Amino acid sequence: MRKALFGLLALLVLAPALARADDAPMTLTIRDHAFNPTEIKVKANTRVQLMVINEDATPEEFDSSSLKVEKVIAGKSKGIVRIGPLKPGRYPFIGEYHESTAKGVVIAE
Amino acid sequence: MLGALIIVFREVIEAGLIVGIVMAATRGVLGRGRWVSIGVASGVAGAAIVALFAGAISQAFEGAGQELFNAAVLSIAVVMLMWHNAWMARHGREIAAEMKQVGTAVSEGARPLTALAIVVGLAVLREGSEVVLFLYGIFASGTSGDALLVGGLLGVAAGAAFTALTYFGLLAIPTRYIFSVTSWLIALLAAGMAAQAVQFLNNAGWVVALDRTVWDTSWLLSEGTIFGKLLHTLIGYTERPTEMQLLTYIATLFAMFLLMRIARPAAPRRHVPAPAE
Repeated sequence: MRKALFGLLALLVLAPALARADDAPMTLTIRDHAFNPTEIKVKANTRVQLMVINEDATPEEFDSSSLKVEKVIAGKSKGIVRIGPLKPGRYPFIGEYHESTAKGVVIAE
Repeated sequence: MLGALIIVFREVIEAGLIVGIVMAATRGVLGRGRWVSIGVASGVAGAAIVALFAGAISQAFEGAGQELFNAAVLSIAVVMLMWHNAWMARHGREIAAEMKQVGTAVSEGARPLTALAIVVGLAVLREGSEVVLFLYGIFASGTSGDALLVGGLLGVAAGAAFTALTYFGLLAIPTRYIFSVTSWLIALLAAGMAAQAVQFLNNAGWVVALDRTVWDTSWLLSEGTIFGKLLHTLIGYTERPTEMQLLTYIATLFAMFLLMRIARPAAPRRHVPAPAE
């Protein structure tokens, strides 16, 4: 019984770490208020990490209601955006501070 | 300029809606103007500080600092809103009765005012820091920034006007009903905030359980539109809620009403204390 409890505890502690290990890191760069690449392909139904690197001097907000993310990336800095699990489909995102130029889409397949 | 106005307005109305509801919910309570002002002022100051340290906050907790910060801010606001509603469940009747008799402000309790001042402060802090960062970006990029800056300031003004509209709209509700209406609004507001908080914990990689999407109504109403954003703040509308968000939403509403029921005086008709005589 006690062993089972410990096992359960260990699982609870380790589960997030395991989930993190599954993540495939991908890089997205912001330069001159635009994303590069503008299309990112990810595996459907898995959690994915995007490393967003802001090379501009000004801050940008990675914003997507479909990806359920709102994250400010300070100027000359980077941030991790965690998304998924996503059903297959297209998920647009924008840089909210420069909506006319900063656009991209995540494609889950 | 119009673009800047819309961006800033979109951020400001979220906080504005909350301030408007709080103002209406404390109708007739003495000293609320001062408390709400303190809330707004400290929120603005806090927003500037948060914006200043945006980079450092982001890097904290293995890059999950910003998400955890947002989740913490939202959670504190939820607790404060619960506290307020429980307090109002106990004392609202007396305040309404006294307001009717005297037709003026009553001195009832500073307690819910501190709670609500904190809620106002946190709302302004969260949305305000994004506005500050946006305006800073305009400043920093130098050229042709003037028109954008004017647009941004007009956006703040439009947001303030929207707050006033919310407030006076709620004031049109008869005194008898106003506290039950604002209690409902605050309950829904809190449930929406709690659902948002768990999503931030998910984005941080801390709470990843039950992360499947329950439904997708983005075709019907996108959160990106102003109306979608308003409903998002007001009742927690989410175009693609996860199972965890839905559960949290329901659990928060349930906890809120349970707390209000516990706080309610046992037999209100017979045991109404002093003020009604």
